[in-house]
Amino acid sequence: MATLGDLERTVMDLLWSTPGALTANELRDSIAVVPAGAETGRELAVTTVLTVLSRLEKKGLVQRERDSRPHRYKAVTSRADHTAELMHEVFAKAPDREAVLARFIGSVSESEAQTLRRLLGA
Amino acid sequence: MLWASYFLAALAVFLAWPAPIALSRARWPARSPFTAMVLWQSIALAGGLSMIGAMLVWGLAPLGDNLVSASIGLWNVLMEQKPAETLGIIHVFALSAATLLGAHLVFTLMLTFIRIQRQRRRHRSMLRLLSSPVKDSPATLVINHPTPVAYCLPGGARSVTVLSDGLLEMLSQEELNAVLTHENAHLQQRHHLLLWAFAAWRSALPWLPTSQLAQVAVTELIEMLADDQALKHVDEGTLVRAIAIVAAGSPAVADTAPSAETRLELPAPDRGTMAEDWSTSVQRLRRLLTPLRPLTALQRAVALGSAGLLLVFPPLLLIAPALPG
Repeated sequence: MATLGDLERTVMDLLWSTPGALTANELRDSIAVVPAGAETGRELAVTTVLTVLSRLEKKGLVQRERDSRPHRYKAVTSRADHTAELMHEVFAKAPDREAVLARFIGSVSESEAQTLRRLLGA
Repeated sequence: MLWASYFLAALAVFLAWPAPIALSRARWPARSPFTAMVLWQSIALAGGLSMIGAMLVWGLAPLGDNLVSASIGLWNVLMEQKPAETLGIIHVFALSAATLLGAHLVFTLMLTFIRIQRQRRRHRSMLRLLSSPVKDSPATLVINHPTPVAYCLPGGARSVTVLSDGLLEMLSQEELNAVLTHENAHLQQRHHLLLWAFAAWRSALPWLPTSQLAQVAVTELIEMLADDQALKHVDEGTLVRAIAIVAAGSPAVADTAPSAETRLELPAPDRGTMAEDWSTSVQRLRRLLTPLRPLTALQRAVALGSAGLLLVFPPLLLIAPALPG
């Protein structure tokens, strides 16, 4: 059974790979043919898509074009930008951040990195 | 009762300044990270207990010979709504300070927990959109990013380890295994609970040397513990290569000292004082390249014994039955 989280992911994937904006109907139709969402495709109601879209809008991931009817939706920023933002969070060096996740390698100074690169190259 | 409060105050001062400074400068923790970790925990716990205890016991001193009779005395004062002068205004002040400090510590612990959980939840929900699980291993996620990075996001049954594309490209299967066992060790040994407690300890009393030093030390010690765990599954060379490759590819932070470059030679000779300036990653490499002799059983027993004593002492002083005072 597909959860709302899975649907959010499918919808975002579609919006990220589409240059323009999409309506809920178009999204519903696309989900039906996306292989990854095969099991979610059948019987998916437009209202479910709208629920997912409003959740994504609340999270600041999706933007609604208000002047068109039916409303068209598009991703606020690209997938790469979101990934970069997430990585920025991972590399943030603040004492209160370090408890959130455990990184394999902590911060390395520039000269240490250079020395390591030299040693690895040798 | 008074002498107990003086003793607790002395213990609190000792655990807030000299003890953590000495332990953070000691070189043996790298030889036995587990022992050092236990000692840091007992310093923090006993430190907090003795700070609160000293003020509590001193505040209650006029009311009874021990904590029990004095507490009953305080209860009577409160119930019969006697004026504060019964106790003396300074003692009332000490009692209030003890209560406030205790509440402050508990609330900071809770608030830190909530803040960490919120950040993790947000991070996890973004990961859900941006990463894809490795085949046959749903708890390992891959994210599309060229920088080599690996980290784990604790969350009970929803704990995940995240790897970047860049990391997968740079490491061999063996080296990747080393990274994964290292991260798994963090999750298995519940290192996030330690990080949480010491992050809270630091934000509760940021100006105390003990809370800052403890957090730095604990962050380093969990890496050593995870390395030791990884070594049970992969050989040293593989782990060293994995650390070196990921560290070399990590985004570097600006150097604190411009002359740093001349300092780093691996494997480095014994230059103890400079080790403090090195990043944790380089210290880990050094530790793996020139293995240190672990502490002897006796040394470990002494360290663990003092940790135990530290924890037993403050409560013992608090409940010490009617003693001259």
